[in-house]
Amino acid sequence: MREISYMEALREAIRQAMEEDERVFVIGEDIGVYGGAFGVTAGLIDQFGPQRIIDTPISEAGIAGACVGSAVTGMRPIGEIQFSDFVVIAMDQIVMQGAKMRFMFGGKAELPFVMRLATGSGTGAAAQHSESLENWFVHIPGLKVVMPSSPYDVKGLLLSSIAENNPVMFFEHKLLYKVKGPVPEDMYTIPLGKSHVVREGNNLTIIATSVMVMRAQQAAETLAKEGIEIEIIDPRTVKPLDMEPIIKSVIKTGKALIVHEAVKTGGFGGELSALIMESEAFDYLDAPVQRLAGLDMPIPYNRTLEYHAVPQVENIVEEARKLVKGVY
Amino acid sequence: MAKNKQEKLIGGVLDESRAKELLSKMVLTRKFEENAEEMFALGKVHGTMHPSVGQEAIAAGASPALRKDDYLLNTHRGHGHFLVWGGDLKRMMAEFLGKETGYCRGRGGSMHIADVESNNLGSQGIVAGNLPISVGVGLSIQMRKSEQVALTLFGDGATNEGAFHESLNMATIWNLPVIYLCENNQYAMSMAFEKAFKIKQISSRACAYGLPGITIDGNDVIAVYKAVQEAAIRARKGDGPTLIEAVTYRYRGHSKSDRQLYRTREEVKNWMKKDPIPRFAKLLDIDEKEFKKMESMAKEEIRKAVEFAESSPEPDIDTILEGIYA
Repeated sequence: MREISYMEALREAIRQAMEEDERVFVIGEDIGVYGGAFGVTAGLIDQFGPQRIIDTPISEAGIAGACVGSAVTGMRPIGEIQFSDFVVIAMDQIVMQGAKMRFMFGGKAELPFVMRLATGSGTGAAAQHSESLENWFVHIPGLKVVMPSSPYDVKGLLLSSIAENNPVMFFEHKLLYKVKGPVPEDMYTIPLGKSHVVREGNNLTIIATSVMVMRAQQAAETLAKEGIEIEIIDPRTVKPLDMEPIIKSVIKTGKALIVHEAVKTGGFGGELSALIMESEAFDYLDAPVQRLAGLDMPIPYNRTLEYHAVPQVENIVEEARKLVKGVY
Repeated sequence: MAKNKQEKLIGGVLDESRAKELLSKMVLTRKFEENAEEMFALGKVHGTMHPSVGQEAIAAGASPALRKDDYLLNTHRGHGHFLVWGGDLKRMMAEFLGKETGYCRGRGGSMHIADVESNNLGSQGIVAGNLPISVGVGLSIQMRKSEQVALTLFGDGATNEGAFHESLNMATIWNLPVIYLCENNQYAMSMAFEKAFKIKQISSRACAYGLPGITIDGNDVIAVYKAVQEAAIRARKGDGPTLIEAVTYRYRGHSKSDRQLYRTREEVKNWMKKDPIPRFAKLLDIDEKEFKKMESMAKEEIRKAVEFAESSPEPDIDTILEGIYA
């Protein structure tokens, strides 16, 4: 199969969805001639024109409102939040209106919009352009939250998200944009709410999201040389969350390590850990469920500090090794 | 309604029979809200509501100037607009009482009442919440080339939210078919207009975005009708949005918790002299007998609606999680 980058896979999904359905359009800052801050929408304006690749003023609440209002009246918008940090300016529209309208109106409104957000640290962009805020949205009934970790996943998950009749928060990790992998040329969907067993193993279950899936895979390679076999599960969508493969895996391995980039306190790992403990996997646990997550701090500018603020491959190797050996 | 050429035109724009119908909706809105207050006092309903008593002329004049397939984006103080848009009093009352037969199956209440099927996109409880949404509705209309318009309502308070700025700018740069109708009732909860604004007219903000802005007497049904009609013509032609500031006054408190310590009784009394209902009745030459008849018809309609709502079932607890996701 041909290999393309995560970014190219995203662009291809957007293009194919727009070719197939004229209700689909993209709206955001600098997405037209500029091609998006990271280049995801490059060239799309040439094919679809400024009426469907809509450049906006710097108005995040306006972008989110444009998605909510056009979705509820029959369109299928894709909004782009240039850096996921900026979503805080659009929170009212997403959380108070977009997520709740269907319920408040007695289940009679449909809000098929996707909000794409470039997320994560590792680019030297410091505290206001590097956050991982996905768990804010996990806490909001009415939303779905997608965290694609590979080129194959990002295309299939975006096409599923566009086909959804609910608001979807779609977090694209900046460090994954250039990562290449096999991606089918045809349109295909990956269902939301289905966890993916990325690697099989018997000694430890690692549940990782977004860029951490890649880092967990690298860590697993290292550990395999030591005879430690890691099972990696990528939930793909943190809301809704498919617990079944996770529970099954923890029953098999008896140990679970959760890895995410967002800060540990109040993060998704706490929720996931509780869900494991509340499940039948509890009786099979040989060690406490462990979390490896971002430090409780804003992302620092300094390259070394930034590196150490979030889990890296060597941290995963170390934590996994300790857990497998019973040192924790 | 069939056009009757013999019929008198009220204010040069409204057939007499249509105008009378609108007056009866104004009376109905007021009686509905007065009745709701009584129900609160008797402990028959819980929660809160935001009465529009004194502001009925805006509702009576606004949506009748539009097409049936246009969109309404309402506010939390929107009972009148809801009724004039075509809302059924029984289902509205049922929503107010939190019943399954209500417009929103009792999940929204007075503050979030909507009827998406009739393009009534509902009330948002967040001040200025509907302003960015109107940009999306306008875009959708423009892309679908449907020549509809989006009537967006908000109060004076909403114009001091950032969302107002983003919304008006975006709608104007893209010539979106949105009518921004600001109901300036002089108070954002307790914050008086004079304290919250350094300008005399909210409509003067329009020049900052490049759209027309006008201030009208919001207690004059005909003035509201004409302004909305003109804005709708402009919007449908592709000439973009209009900001209309309708100056009015809220007689009641902001919501049920308001003790109204921020204004004087005298001020309220002075505004009551400009009550839009007797004013419109006078314009229509309605005598006391006819007016009383209108009131008793409204009361009867409300009685039936209360009966319907009270005898309607409560939502089944087993359905508690319904309607969150499609």
